[in-house]
Amino acid sequence: MSKLASIPAVSLQSVSRHFGAVRALDGIDLEVGEGEFFAMLGPSGSGKTTCLRLIAGFEQPTSGSIRVFGDAVEGVPPYRRNVNTVFQDYALFPHMNVRENVEFSLMLRKVDRMTRQREAEAALELVKLAGYGERKPGQLSGGQRQRVALARATVNKPKVLLLDEPLGALDLKLREQMQDELKVLQKTLGITFIFVTHDQGEALSMADRVAVFDHGRLMQVGTPEEIYRRPNSRFVADFVGSSNVLPPAFVQSMFGESRWASLRPEAIHVARAEGDGEPHLTGIVVSRAYLGATTRLGIDLGGTLLHAVVASTEDAPVEGERVTLGFSKDAVHMMEAEG
Amino acid sequence: MRNTPRASWPLKLAAAAGLVFMLAPLALIFLYAFSTEEKTYQWPPPGLTLEWLAVAWQRPDVWKALTLSVQVATISTAIALVLGTLCAAAVSGSRFFGRETISLLVILPIALPGIITGIALRSAFSLMEIPFSFWTIVLGHATFCIVVVYNNAVARLRRTSGSMIEAAMDLGADKLQTFRHIILPNIATALLAGGMLAFALSFDEVIVTTFTAGQQQTLPLWMLEELIRPRQRPVTNVVAMVVVVVTLLPILAAFYLSRGGEQSVAGMGK
Amino acid sequence: MSVEALTASAILPNRRGTLGALSDYFWRRPKLLVFLLVAPALLWLGIVYVGSLIALLLQSFYSLDDFSGVIVEEFTLKTYGELFKAQNLDIIVRTVSMAAIVTLASAIVAFPIAYVAARYARGKWKALFYLGVMLPLWASYLVKIYAWKLILAKEGILNWVFEQLHLTWLLDAYLSLPIIGGNSLSVSFTGTFLVFLYIWLPYMILPIQASVERVPTNLLDAASDLGATPMQTFWKVIFPLALPGIVAGSIFTFSLTLGDYIIPQIVGTSRLFIGQAVYVQQGTAGNIPLAAAFTVVPIIIMGLYLWMAKRMGAFDAL
Repeated sequence: MSKLASIPAVSLQSVSRHFGAVRALDGIDLEVGEGEFFAMLGPSGSGKTTCLRLIAGFEQPTSGSIRVFGDAVEGVPPYRRNVNTVFQDYALFPHMNVRENVEFSLMLRKVDRMTRQREAEAALELVKLAGYGERKPGQLSGGQRQRVALARATVNKPKVLLLDEPLGALDLKLREQMQDELKVLQKTLGITFIFVTHDQGEALSMADRVAVFDHGRLMQVGTPEEIYRRPNSRFVADFVGSSNVLPPAFVQSMFGESRWASLRPEAIHVARAEGDGEPHLTGIVVSRAYLGATTRLGIDLGGTLLHAVVASTEDAPVEGERVTLGFSKDAVHMMEAEG
Repeated sequence: MRNTPRASWPLKLAAAAGLVFMLAPLALIFLYAFSTEEKTYQWPPPGLTLEWLAVAWQRPDVWKALTLSVQVATISTAIALVLGTLCAAAVSGSRFFGRETISLLVILPIALPGIITGIALRSAFSLMEIPFSFWTIVLGHATFCIVVVYNNAVARLRRTSGSMIEAAMDLGADKLQTFRHIILPNIATALLAGGMLAFALSFDEVIVTTFTAGQQQTLPLWMLEELIRPRQRPVTNVVAMVVVVVTLLPILAAFYLSRGGEQSVAGMGK
Repeated sequence: MSVEALTASAILPNRRGTLGALSDYFWRRPKLLVFLLVAPALLWLGIVYVGSLIALLLQSFYSLDDFSGVIVEEFTLKTYGELFKAQNLDIIVRTVSMAAIVTLASAIVAFPIAYVAARYARGKWKALFYLGVMLPLWASYLVKIYAWKLILAKEGILNWVFEQLHLTWLLDAYLSLPIIGGNSLSVSFTGTFLVFLYIWLPYMILPIQASVERVPTNLLDAASDLGATPMQTFWKVIFPLALPGIVAGSIFTFSLTLGDYIIPQIVGTSRLFIGQAVYVQQGTAGNIPLAAAFTVVPIIIMGLYLWMAKRMGAFDAL
């Protein structure tokens, strides 16, 4: 990425955060480029939220250094960081109306009343809430509150916007809609977005780059495609998407290398086992899940279970049927050696 | 949402009788204030008159006691508001080791019988050679008023989401600005309710006051004197009524204030 | 001044001068801030108040010289021994029995009120019940005693009611009973009992109401679904669940009765209760050690009581 050549928006250098014996974050090195839409992905307790809170300034690293646009921010309180956050529960101020919520940061910066109102109205318009200024947060729906939180956090044009599980509290339909809107908003504002999520689909579909966390460690950083196609570890392969993780014994029998490997379900060709020919691999369909356009099959290869995705046609294999499997060697992605 | 079953007659009757038992004595106070009878507590009152209101109005000793009580209650409440709010903010804002101890310390003065608090303070004053004065009464009252403010503020702060304070800091508010713009407006009604209860508590206090007051008489001390050695019963009747009104108004107000808070919480649950 | 101009850097400058600097200072030292916040209250409550409580306790280990009337500042258990003299033991037994009877009676009177308020009352009735408890709770303590002086007086409303019902003979017969009777209701233990009951009743109603409200309705539905009669549901389901509330309420009624010295002074006989004994000993008698030893009695009794209540889970209902 060419943008990384300039000063990164956020950079973490061997950052650790320990709570007593618990290592919430352990030796993280990470750079987020200016204008990037960056996702931090991981299960709960993986350290992704701690990482976000360190950048916001709510917590201090036990060791290591954090820079925002080149400025070291250790010991800088959150209220002096030009970084804003959209909270998971939105954290709107219940005693203020929507406009006062959005104007809050401008009011603290002693921006005059006219400018404040103009900026707030513009920010609300951007999140499609123009005219909602006089309502109280309690009178809004969940989706509307989320938009107010966005407007409030972006009204003063921060250098970086942090979003903590921004869509976690919304229902499915609204979540998909907001995914698109967030992308558009980020393009319009040109602000670096860093968002935390445990939903791999969300991370892959929205982010320019994704960082995968597990147990306080950074497992892999890359574009969604890299993460999805070339996971560097069993954890990533497992957590991102539903890749088949092939055990070393299996891989050795086929490719002569004792390593873990991943194989995406849609890269497997499934055909009915016909006659007594010598197929590459045969197995028995043990499960069948209809997903709409596609159907996911669970296939038992004499002890190894593989998932394959086939088109949902009339003659898709059914449970108990013997099938042959084929895939190109390129589709098999080698990962770490066994150990 | 929830079907309300009907209570059986004996149960209803017992509850109604209970309510009458609770409220009738208070109603009686209002009636006696207008009785024409001077020397006894005769029932039914031989007649009704407004005369005693005027007589009580012109009694300098009643005014003096009333003034002292209002002053003591005002200053004690002010002290309790400051100390109670500070303690509540400290306890809820952090998880330091001593928070349980602080809670216990604050509650102790009303958990122990008043007579123990009274004697302990009296002996402390004499030990430190502090002469009894207006301020010794205030100190005694503030001691047990803190808990009311503290409890109200802690309860409200607990309902105030922690991320709201982080949000304020995130948007550029320093500690003081966060307190002024976010915390204070959110706990204002709780503080008002707590302050009113503290005022009522102080205005009515007699047990601790007997030990911390010197020659000065608060209104409850005046009442106590009248109860033990009645001098002019009709004046006592009028004062009793006034005291009930003065204490009940803030209680009713506090009730409406805190009810508003609870309703919004209940509303969120629905 | 445009917004962009203000947001040039990743770190914003302090634009509030001393206040901003102070805020930064405390942000870096959160523990110092917490300490400063609690310091004033801690200084007063933790040092002066608790200090004087301890000083009072220590005095109970001193004794009064019987001849000179001077307090001997030497460690002794002699003062505690005096508590077991017949006249003092009498006071303790009288107070504890009164506290027990008041507690029992208030539980019986409070339960229907609390139960109806929690389970059946809605809307206007709920508000009436609420005020019916809160008004007497917060109305002036002395005025409430005064109201009962009016009620119990010879020429007062209670005697009048008995007279109207032609039942004066019944009241007279009751008053002629030993111990509980007396010249009139206002100078009898019965009078003292009634006033105690009235004044501490709200403290019993509120926790019971809270614990009954916490019994989930579907639990009762489940009980009747399983074939329990209303009486069985009450005794097997509601009562056990409301018991912690009763115990919590009893902590108040018991403790408040133990420590009170004004009610028995105004309505009742000339025989003393613990609170009065403390008052007399520290005041006119000038025997601070004995007064201090007397104050230890309710503290110990309440300590035991709280320990038992805690084992019954009463604190969850507070």
